[in-house]
Amino acid sequence: MKELKLMKGNEALAEASILAGCDAYFGYPITPQSEVLEYLAQEALKRTGMVVLQAESEVAAINMIYGAAGTGKKVMTSSSSPGISLMQEGISYIACAELPCLLVNVVRGGPGLGTIQPSQGDYFQAVKGGGHGDYKLIVLAPSTVQEMVDHVKLGFDLAFKWRNPVMILTDGALGQMMEKVQLPAQLPRTTVEPEWATVGKPKTRERNFITSLHIEADKMQEINLHLQKKYREIENQEIRFDKFECDDAEIILVAFGLVARICQKAAQLAREKGIKVGVFRPITLFPYPSNELNKLAGQVKGMLTVEMNAGQMVEDVRLSVNGKIPVEFLGRMGGVVPTPEEILHKLEEKFVGEIV
Amino acid sequence: MNEKTMTEEQHFSEVIAEENICVNENLVFEKPETLLDTPMHYCPGCGHGVAHRLIAEVIDELGIQDKTIGVAPVGCSVFMYNYMNIDMTEAPHGRASAAATGIKRVLPDKYVFSYQGDGDLAAIGTGETIHTCNRGENILIVFINNGIYGMTGGQMAPTTLVGMKSTTTPFGRDVAIMGNPLKITDLVAQLPGVYYATRCAVNNHVNVRKAKKAIMNGFKYQDLKKGLSFVEIVSNCPSNWKMTPVESNKWMEENMLPFYPLGDLKVPGKEN
Ligand SMILES: Cc1ncc(C[n+]2csc(CCOP(=O)(O)OP(=O)(O)O)c2C)c(N)n1
Ligand code: SF4
Ligand SMILES: [Mg+2]
Repeated sequence: MKELKLMKGNEALAEASILAGCDAYFGYPITPQSEVLEYLAQEALKRTGMVVLQAESEVAAINMIYGAAGTGKKVMTSSSSPGISLMQEGISYIACAELPCLLVNVVRGGPGLGTIQPSQGDYFQAVKGGGHGDYKLIVLAPSTVQEMVDHVKLGFDLAFKWRNPVMILTDGALGQMMEKVQLPAQLPRTTVEPEWATVGKPKTRERNFITSLHIEADKMQEINLHLQKKYREIENQEIRFDKFECDDAEIILVAFGLVARICQKAAQLAREKGIKVGVFRPITLFPYPSNELNKLAGQVKGMLTVEMNAGQMVEDVRLSVNGKIPVEFLGRMGGVVPTPEEILHKLEEKFVGEIV
Repeated sequence: MNEKTMTEEQHFSEVIAEENICVNENLVFEKPETLLDTPMHYCPGCGHGVAHRLIAEVIDELGIQDKTIGVAPVGCSVFMYNYMNIDMTEAPHGRASAAATGIKRVLPDKYVFSYQGDGDLAAIGTGETIHTCNRGENILIVFINNGIYGMTGGQMAPTTLVGMKSTTTPFGRDVAIMGNPLKITDLVAQLPGVYYATRCAVNNHVNVRKAKKAIMNGFKYQDLKKGLSFVEIVSNCPSNWKMTPVESNKWMEENMLPFYPLGDLKVPGKEN
């Protein structure tokens, strides 16, 4: 049994990247995630020789990632909302060129410069595209500091399995809060590059080139069809979710990340009052656990989606249940975190009259 | 092909066969191995093709094809990877030097170069250019300055000369509105991270030879790990300058070169 450590979310994530054998990190400071770069600058080089470079901007950082990811190494960047917005062009190139890499968005309240407080306002950006064109990121939503750690290795594994950028979508509260974590064992850095990597062309193979440019419409459509096929396959194989007391529930709270934990507390409060409430937590936001939600919709009276935004994931919940049951929404914005009590109140207001 | 040329060609090949001069020891000129057979899409007389060839020749001569990774820009040379028989990445507009940084940092013993136009390097990518130079990345940047946005159809570039017409400066570049042309090579030559900075051209054989030497330096210096090599090539764009290739070279010599004088801006070991 490995020892337990008390760690801040951002630092745990940074530590996990060293342990995962990450080859390079490129990033630019922004609150509430600057600890990732700071921690790596302190620890990474001396321990594994990992490259850590503070770029001159998020635009530069994502393009350093693009170049380095093309060499087949395990590379990662992290930022928070405004910085992730700046990276979108590069992310679109990376997705089209099918390069593996890990992106972390420690979301803060927006729009604009917004606030440094936690938010889930970048759900649409992460899940629906963000940059230009039809592409998808695999999006992981941790709800504990332990998952911030676990999703790093999982993220790299998925990125290389599917040759696709993976994003960890977390928030300022998870990034800043301290919790107990169990750290995994040290994995080696990359020693053998994949056959598609741009590492210098030996005589024994054709040249490798990495591009997202296919000037003929038919060819570009072919690339798109190939990507879409891959995304459907990811939907078939990689859906992850968590259920809390859903079996006998009459009402389901749907939430991701930190909010799912607040919802668990609200569900407990509800059960103390005799209202049978469960919590459904998507862990992968793309691929989205639509079928599972649709199944659940057959056995409950209604769902309440709770988010730290104006109502983003709720659109996917509604699409998933497809009108079978009412789906209500509670949202807090701009860095305000919903409380268990207000969730309970909303739940009672919307559903209890009907049930009891 | 018409009948006449067919006959001429046949006649020519007969002569060659008779004289028996096409033998290995008589070879004086070959296509570099690093250059693929793909026909280039460049307009007739464009400097891009010559610059590509020089890079290919240098890679051949140094024997580093298996250790070289190039980064193509967005601009007319966006398809560079179709012509060069080396591993390459095509970067977003302006970001080639950042992508090259990423590659070089994880593969410090490989030879890495970016190849960028003036819009790419000195407008949208100015930040990346300056910081890549300032960090002293051990890479080569080849900078093709044709004073115009070739690929998008002849808009003003940061390097467009005062008074020079483009589709977005139809009355000539007016300093009061658009500011002055940017001498980015002079600017980066000031940075301690830059080990070597020079300005060349490929308009005649003397300049072609000098440009090749500069590119050769840019690759060789990477062994020293002492900083970045920056090779500007003042070039032409016959299509968007709306000139014949010959006219464009003449115009370049008479107008571009006085403002962008050829020669070294920073040479290792010399006070500049
Ligand atoms: C983000 C972005 N903005 C604009 C463009 C459009 N664009 C493509 S090439 C180019 C200018 C290229 O000019 P230059 O770098 O001088 O290269 P040249 O074609 O002259 O060799 C522009 C503006 C783009 N592809 N991407
Ligand atoms: S448009 Fe200009 S820069 Fe582009 S290929 Fe033609 S001549 Fe060369
Ligand atoms: Mg140009």
